[in-house]
Amino acid sequence: MSHDDVLNPKHMPHDPEKATLEGKNKFVGFWMFLGGETVLFASLFGTYLALSGSTSGDNTPENLFGLELVFIMTMLLLTSSLTSVYAMYHMKNHDFKKMQLWLGVTVLLGLGFLGCEIYEFYHYIHEYGFTFRSSAFGSGFYTLVGFHGGHVLFGLFWITSLMIRNQKRGLNLYNAPKFYISSLYWHFIDVVWVFIFTVVYLLGKVG
Amino acid sequence: MSNAIVQQRGIGAMIWDYITTVDHKKIAHLYLVAGGLFFLIGGLEALIIRIQLMQPDSNFISAGLYNEMITMHGTTMIFLAAMPLIFALMNAVVPLQIGARDVAFPFLNSLGFWLFLFGGLLLNVSWFTGGAPDAGWTNYAPLSSTSPGHGVDYYVMGLQIAGAGTLIGGINFLVTIINMRAPGMTYMRMPLFTWTTFITSVLILFAFPALTVGLFLMMFDRMFGSAFFDVTAGGNAIIWEHLFWIFGHPEVYILILPVFGAFSDIFSTFSKKRLFGYSAMVFATVLIGFLGFMVWAHHMFTVGLGPIANSIFAVSTMAIAVPTGIKIFNWLFTMWGGSIKLSVAMLWALGFIPTFTIGGMTGVMLGSAAADYQYHDTYFVVAHFHYVIVGGTVFGLFAAMHYWWPKMFGKVLNEKLGHLGFWPFFIGFHLTFFIQHFLGLMGMPRRYWTYFEGQGLATGNLISTIGAFLMAIGTLVFLYNVVYTAIKEPKASADPWDGRTLEWSLPSAPPFYNFKQTPLVRGLDPLWIEKMEGRKGITPAEPLGDIHMPNGSILPFLMSMGLFIAGFGFIYQVDNKLWFIAVAVGMGLFFASMFTRSFKDDLGYHIHKEDLIEKGDGKE
Ligand code: HEM
Ligand SMILES: [Cu+2]
Repeated sequence: MSHDDVLNPKHMPHDPEKATLEGKNKFVGFWMFLGGETVLFASLFGTYLALSGSTSGDNTPENLFGLELVFIMTMLLLTSSLTSVYAMYHMKNHDFKKMQLWLGVTVLLGLGFLGCEIYEFYHYIHEYGFTFRSSAFGSGFYTLVGFHGGHVLFGLFWITSLMIRNQKRGLNLYNAPKFYISSLYWHFIDVVWVFIFTVVYLLGKVG
Repeated sequence: MSNAIVQQRGIGAMIWDYITTVDHKKIAHLYLVAGGLFFLIGGLEALIIRIQLMQPDSNFISAGLYNEMITMHGTTMIFLAAMPLIFALMNAVVPLQIGARDVAFPFLNSLGFWLFLFGGLLLNVSWFTGGAPDAGWTNYAPLSSTSPGHGVDYYVMGLQIAGAGTLIGGINFLVTIINMRAPGMTYMRMPLFTWTTFITSVLILFAFPALTVGLFLMMFDRMFGSAFFDVTAGGNAIIWEHLFWIFGHPEVYILILPVFGAFSDIFSTFSKKRLFGYSAMVFATVLIGFLGFMVWAHHMFTVGLGPIANSIFAVSTMAIAVPTGIKIFNWLFTMWGGSIKLSVAMLWALGFIPTFTIGGMTGVMLGSAAADYQYHDTYFVVAHFHYVIVGGTVFGLFAAMHYWWPKMFGKVLNEKLGHLGFWPFFIGFHLTFFIQHFLGLMGMPRRYWTYFEGQGLATGNLISTIGAFLMAIGTLVFLYNVVYTAIKEPKASADPWDGRTLEWSLPSAPPFYNFKQTPLVRGLDPLWIEKMEGRKGITPAEPLGDIHMPNGSILPFLMSMGLFIAGFGFIYQVDNKLWFIAVAVGMGLFFASMFTRSFKDDLGYHIHKEDLIEKGDGKE
């Protein structure tokens, strides 16, 4: 049997992402990777919490953070997680067009989030002079939130590349696992943001 | 069709083959050679340290160079010698032991190796560009964050790159063991070496990201002006210590667990008995892995975390001695009543038991927080960790290399030379390090450049240095043996040790697809079961069919080289912003390669059934 027959069966299985050994390996491996990412972010959170009191001047969490913007960002990212679930739902029903559509919406929402974050950082730097170097709190804040933002950026590139690469040929057993783990990654980013929202912003405002 | 079938044997073709290979057996060779070279470099650094300390008031090397020596010795030995040599064994053995044709991610396997190698090279380039890192292998802030020059920058970038490779390797072995076991190879039938590789990979997965973050923070402080460890700007230097040891203590178990597994296989093979207490051994391994994350602050007893924290960590530390003790007894009981064959592998294993037990005992002494105030940062600690790392990991590597050499290279290492190498190393080891316990108790601090006449430290240090040279002789004999065996020894049979596990059912060295037919595993020690039932080989689990193989690729090499170039850029942009060009070029190469990987389908190829039959036992 040639590769084409194997990867484009007449009847797509219900879980195309786990139908091949490669797919199963990617699936398990990516969950492992996310385990490692959890330790990475846990270490960054720990560092942030140790340093969040080390402010200089008026640039304290209470004075800086505005919950309105962060609330909008949270909504954008949470919704994008939901739309990526829709995309995976359509993948399991082998509806490639709808999957692409919902992935597109996911990317747009992610872009919106990233735009807000860039605005937020710009605002802190230019209105308040609050930078990466101005205090240990600044270093901790920009590193934690920036690492998350970097993950969002990477996720956007990733999902977009997959969409463009497979636009013409549609879904098969080779690219289904790729789509699937990119959506896992996107959920993970979302979960991390929920913690950032709580630990950095909410605790920063009231804690 | 693929590099695996390339027939020309020119040296260029061979190099290209190794640079692009995704075959776990060849990657094992790469790890072995690279790790071996770094082991020799680290050993040379050790000899220089010992010559400096041979006599009081010595001026053999300057104090600054001495700091660089001890830093590079520790860093090299742990990250660039011990870990890669362990990965060499895992790559060579684990897929064979579980009846798999390759690892789960052959491409990532190769990427892991090249990242390690380029990271290690970057670290060592520092010798030639104005000074190696000099803040100790533990790189404590603020000593490290304020160390002048670029030495520590090399430490940060080099370990970051090498560490990424290790993490990838860990994930690869986890998935391999979870998904690629042959039919019938249940978890509780896996050989101990596979089990310890599994748990070690879990430790790598959860420990290395802490180091990653620590290194990032250090990088940001040194290269981009952040204030994590800068107390004057509200930073906190203790954060580094926590992150380092949250990684660092699991790391010492990453170093010891795989050789525990190797020893288990060796004891059982050369005693002709199944391992005593198999399930207890598995349980002890899991328990050690779990507890390994609960004890990191025993390296920080003197930092001032307070009596409550110290007590908790003291108790959890001592608790680890329990599963370790279980293992020691199980090895002893495996030998009990067995028909023991004193091969070289077995000799190293026998030498390991008393040596490691001493190391464990001093560990429990150190784990007693109140007493550690006396021992901390003295030669007592140096003696402790060399007893466990050399007496455990290095002895284990020697044992495992003698044991699996035929599977890796198709020849049995000469046994006479093996015995001849063991004794100088073993005696030299105890000469070097046993006396260091007492030097430590007498108050000799670690990491000091020199000591004075009349402090009573001279004799002990002289003995220690003599021992170090004996170890060097033992190593040279081993190297000679490698060359001698390659030239003089005959080809090994498939099963030179009358083995018990699947790897011994394959020819030495195995064909590039490992198993012509996936084996059917019918119990613990599957090959032994078949032998006892009078069969020649393993029962296959499938009819002969086409075999799917992955393609080789140059991309892992290019990606790693990209990060290597970018590493220089990051280090030197502090002096001149033009170096950001190197960052851009390096990262560009990295991402372009990654993109290529993503956009170009890589479906592998098939070896056809007919070709397999033609080739008889399937040798290349
Ligand atoms: C019974 C098990 C063990 C116990 C209770 C134990 C305990 C300790 C303690 C308390 C220290 C800190 C001493 C100090 O700095 O004052 C220490 C240091 C160390 N141990 Fe162990 N240990 C054990 C096994 C091991 C093993 C198996 C390894 C490695 C294979 C290892 C490697 C090290 C290293 C490298 C250091 C020194 C790190 C440094 O400061 O540079 N230990 N051990
Ligand atoms: Cu420890």
